[in-house]
Amino acid sequence: MNPYAEFAICLLLIIGGAFTLIGAIGLARLPDFFTRLHGPTKATTVGVGAIVISSVIYFSTLGQGIGIEEFLITAFLFMTAPVSANFLAKAAMHLKVNTTENTRGHPWDQ
Amino acid sequence: MIVIALYITIAMVTVAALLNVYRLIKGPDAPDRVLALDTLYINAIALIILLGLTLGTRMYLEAALLIAVMGFVGTVAMAKYLKRGSVIE
Amino acid sequence: MLDRLSFPQPWLSLTLFITWQFLSDGISGGSAVLGLILAWAIPQITQGFWPDPPAFIKAWRVPAYLLRVVWDIVIASVEVARLILSPRPARPAFVCYPLELEHPLAITILASTISLTPGTVSADVSDDNKLLLIHALDAEDDQTVIDTIKTRYEKPLLEMFQ
Repeated sequence: MNPYAEFAICLLLIIGGAFTLIGAIGLARLPDFFTRLHGPTKATTVGVGAIVISSVIYFSTLGQGIGIEEFLITAFLFMTAPVSANFLAKAAMHLKVNTTENTRGHPWDQ
Repeated sequence: MIVIALYITIAMVTVAALLNVYRLIKGPDAPDRVLALDTLYINAIALIILLGLTLGTRMYLEAALLIAVMGFVGTVAMAKYLKRGSVIE
Repeated sequence: MLDRLSFPQPWLSLTLFITWQFLSDGISGGSAVLGLILAWAIPQITQGFWPDPPAFIKAWRVPAYLLRVVWDIVIASVEVARLILSPRPARPAFVCYPLELEHPLAITILASTISLTPGTVSADVSDDNKLLLIHALDAEDDQTVIDTIKTRYEKPLLEMFQ
């Protein structure tokens, strides 16, 4: 296999795995629900995106054609991540989930 | 080289999934659990793609696409249920 | 009668058709026919849920905006990652953002962009579409957050929709 492609695949895989892990660490470690919401919507989405791109490069260098499913998966994840985050934030505001003490401002009543 | 990178990545994503399960069990509120499930399905997509890379087949991508679609619908339904008390009004 | 046979949302129909071709592994006669049926039926069924289309969109500005957003998503992830791993506690804040955009579609795009980019998640829109509630993960003060969003995202969207 082309060494450049191999290098790019390895790099993207490691970056993707690292971002997914960091998103999960954020989910486990941050103090309240609204701060936890940030990890999955950004870090995890980008992590999976990087893994998907490495899959595209891998299969296209193997000569199995350029994957369209991969692009659909990425596009779908990037379109749905903000929507589900927004729905969850609304649900949390409705249930009056506790926020950490150093939060400035306050959520609206639902 | 790719094999080593693959194994490292699979290990990282597995640890990430375990952390999500920790949040899923610990809670403390219902939205936290739904958020953990949401992250868990995204991690499942990553694991399936990595499995496909390890086995050198593209067959698993269909499954990943289906999980992406169904997981989103599930998250939205659960969030709507938490907010309104019913999914379809 | 003619109304029933038309495509009320041409762009949605086109997107649906192309997506169906992608999903069914390449273009064939069968997938083209089924794609056409879907591209006709789904906009007809969901007609009632769509807001009125904006009068005019400057479509040539869309790619530049998308590129900027993709770049910012990468930067945002690095920033959030650094914040998650750093030992100091975050400074979260709820910020009320005054909207200049008026069209519902534009507000949706802005809210999605905010959710995907630096340290902010949009939480709610007020009933009169004037205020957007944003949760920022790490904000020194509210005004910086508002100014950044205003110059980086709302200005291009305003130009696009007017």
